[in-house]
Amino acid sequence: MRRMLFEKTGTAIWMSHLDTMRLMQRAFRRAGVVLHHSQGYTPHAYVSMLLPLSVGTESVCEIMEYELDAEIAITPEDMNAVLPQGVRVLRVYESDRKAKYLTELAVSLTMLYDHGVPDGAAGRISALLNSGGLYVEKRTKRGMEETDIRPMIHQTELSNEDDKIILTARISAQNPSLNPALLTAAIERYLPQDKPDFVRYRRLEVYDENGEVFR
Amino acid sequence: MNETLERILPKVQKPARYVGGEYNQTVKNKAQVDVRVAFCFPDTYEIGMSNLGMRILYAVMNRMEGVWCERVFTPWGDMEEELRKNHLPLYALESGDALSKFDMIAFSIGYEMSYTNVLNMLDLGGIPRRAADRKGLEHVVFVGGACAYNPEPLADFIDFFSLGEGEELTEEIVSLYRTAKHEGWSKEAFLLAVSKLEGIYVPSFYEHTYNADGTLQAITPLQGAPKRVTKRIMQNLDDALYPTDIIVPNTEIVHDRSNLEVMRGCIRGCRFCQAGFTYRPVRPRSPELLLRQAIELLENSGCHEITLSSLSTSDYKYLPELAQQMQDYCTPRKINLSLPSLRADNFSRELMLRLQQVRKSGLTFAPEAGTQRLRDAINKNVTEEEILETCSIAFEGGWNNVKLYFMLGLPTETDEDVLGIAELVYKILKTWREHASNKKRGVRIHVATAYFVPKPFTPFQWEKQITPEEYLRRQKLLKDNMPSKSIEYNWHASDLSRLEAVLARGDRRLCAVLEEAVNRGAKLDGWDEYFSYQTWLDSFAACGIDPDFYTTRGYGLDELLPWDVISDGVSTAFLKKERERAYRNETTPDCREQCSGCGANCLLKGGKCDA
Repeated sequence: MRRMLFEKTGTAIWMSHLDTMRLMQRAFRRAGVVLHHSQGYTPHAYVSMLLPLSVGTESVCEIMEYELDAEIAITPEDMNAVLPQGVRVLRVYESDRKAKYLTELAVSLTMLYDHGVPDGAAGRISALLNSGGLYVEKRTKRGMEETDIRPMIHQTELSNEDDKIILTARISAQNPSLNPALLTAAIERYLPQDKPDFVRYRRLEVYDENGEVFR
Repeated sequence: MNETLERILPKVQKPARYVGGEYNQTVKNKAQVDVRVAFCFPDTYEIGMSNLGMRILYAVMNRMEGVWCERVFTPWGDMEEELRKNHLPLYALESGDALSKFDMIAFSIGYEMSYTNVLNMLDLGGIPRRAADRKGLEHVVFVGGACAYNPEPLADFIDFFSLGEGEELTEEIVSLYRTAKHEGWSKEAFLLAVSKLEGIYVPSFYEHTYNADGTLQAITPLQGAPKRVTKRIMQNLDDALYPTDIIVPNTEIVHDRSNLEVMRGCIRGCRFCQAGFTYRPVRPRSPELLLRQAIELLENSGCHEITLSSLSTSDYKYLPELAQQMQDYCTPRKINLSLPSLRADNFSRELMLRLQQVRKSGLTFAPEAGTQRLRDAINKNVTEEEILETCSIAFEGGWNNVKLYFMLGLPTETDEDVLGIAELVYKILKTWREHASNKKRGVRIHVATAYFVPKPFTPFQWEKQITPEEYLRRQKLLKDNMPSKSIEYNWHASDLSRLEAVLARGDRRLCAVLEEAVNRGAKLDGWDEYFSYQTWLDSFAACGIDPDFYTTRGYGLDELLPWDVISDGVSTAFLKKERERAYRNETTPDCREQCSGCGANCLLKGGKCDA
């Protein structure tokens, strides 16, 4: 499978998943590459993102899959010359690892406190995320449901500065997937006094079930 | 990025509209820029980024060294609320700088119902609304676009209007401003100088006086301003800048495809259509240049669809050869070629079916009127035979989707004409029954009726608009006589079209109403989510203005019209002649068949149209 590893930062983080798909389809054409197209009344270029990214989340580990009709050499430089600011291809490669083996995601949450971090907040948050039973409203196939997200949080680490706490976590990426915003939702629910004023989300890395970096 | 903005964005719909950063946007070094222009479009990003004029003029200004033109769009209601709550001024997408940081503020206005957005955007940017309250040379506000042809409802707010095509004029305006800025002119000195440019209308240089009955008595030019301002045109479209390195939006817009303008003007002369007159004379681009531009556009944007656009693309002289060459380029690259506004004639029919574009969108016709008598009166040269013939071929080919657009309230319309719409729909239904290759799939016929709005610079500029009650009666008559329940019939609400009629033919006294409406919260009037008719009715009442004066009253043939100070090149005598022919149900041949002497050829050096 043909894949590209790319990052999405700066103004580009406000693009939706569909926007990003459209952007990449056009970028290929700008780079002079015609992708493999589906058959049918409205043929579309085959591009897919392994793990859709929420609007407003930064990432340095997005993986995209695509298909070509003919062998064409593409370099990250070819793509980067025709991409808008904030979207940058890091690697073009082939892989035989199926997307379903991408199971774990490393994310960071930069939690900003406008009036300083409350005393002991980092400790309380750390304890909360490691406690049993962490119920939040989560969108499931059956609609919004109270869900225990604790089993989806594999590992957490916190660092504390004057006006922010940086939470780094390994979370479940697929089946089930955990939106990192739900970590904030859990803090709001269980520790309302430690609720941050604003949170920046960033995807750091993707892993397989053995904890090895997924490509 | 501004941290306040960063915190707002997750709360609003489609935040990608508010951050810029798209491929091909123009960013300049502020230290090397001495004139900054905020190019505002008074509607959302999705609409504004689809506007061809804005794309062209953005390139025109940014090609000027030392000039930086940036984009500003109307924020959706949720974003506006957040901006106000957080005391964040409206900003331009490229630099993120507030509107107040710009020297010149330009608006491109194509729709009367976006007037409130103009005032609201000035408010949001911290710029005084009224021209008289902006004293210095900074924050000069000017307007171009279709709505500049009757500028009066905006006269109190705008410093000057730029009429017609802006490729050359815009550069002249900005160059003059730069001189004024360097030499420290007063605003008055600049306005006086800019009023000398051909195609510029400075409303503060004209005094309007009224008769006792409320009609205009006189428009008196002051400060040596011209008695009549004539629009500008490009003599040769091949010489006009047509940018092919245009911004590719990061999010979906209304016309999300490459757009190639094949000609300006229209040879048809439909009597209700403002664009059909104001874009005269007809000027084609050469097919060789167009093909080159098409390839550049597609290669630079990566779009997989391109539209050949104009007021009537079937009438583009070189369409057969261009379409063939375009198809040869597009097909192997899996690019869709789309041709909007095709007529129902033989060539178009063949082309349409060959390109298979109907498969996606179905067939669309705009007969505008239900009987041949009324179609002749409005000079809409499409016949029932042409429509039925096109339908039968399409139905045989497996298509089963037809859209039909009409207007109610056209001059001389009777109930017979209204019922004629239902009859035409019935005949299309019958054609489907006789010709459908697969009846099991059923047929879908959509009918939509609009409420006729008389527009300035058309032969119907003097006409009465029918009352909303009468419009609704005709609409109900049609609904009750639709041949089948399977026909989907939609009609425009009367409120918006009545208001559009007021503003389209409005005079200077409407400035007060507009400001009152904005004060009462009117905004995004073109959007159902925000349009409030009551707000407008209250504003008219508060200003003591009767909307009927501008709608159902009609304008006298000898009455001084608010837009008489402006000329699009077409003579008033010609419009009057066309109006008389309408009342005699007589058509006028198209410009290619025979010149009818509209007068617009006088805008061309040599005085000869290339229709």
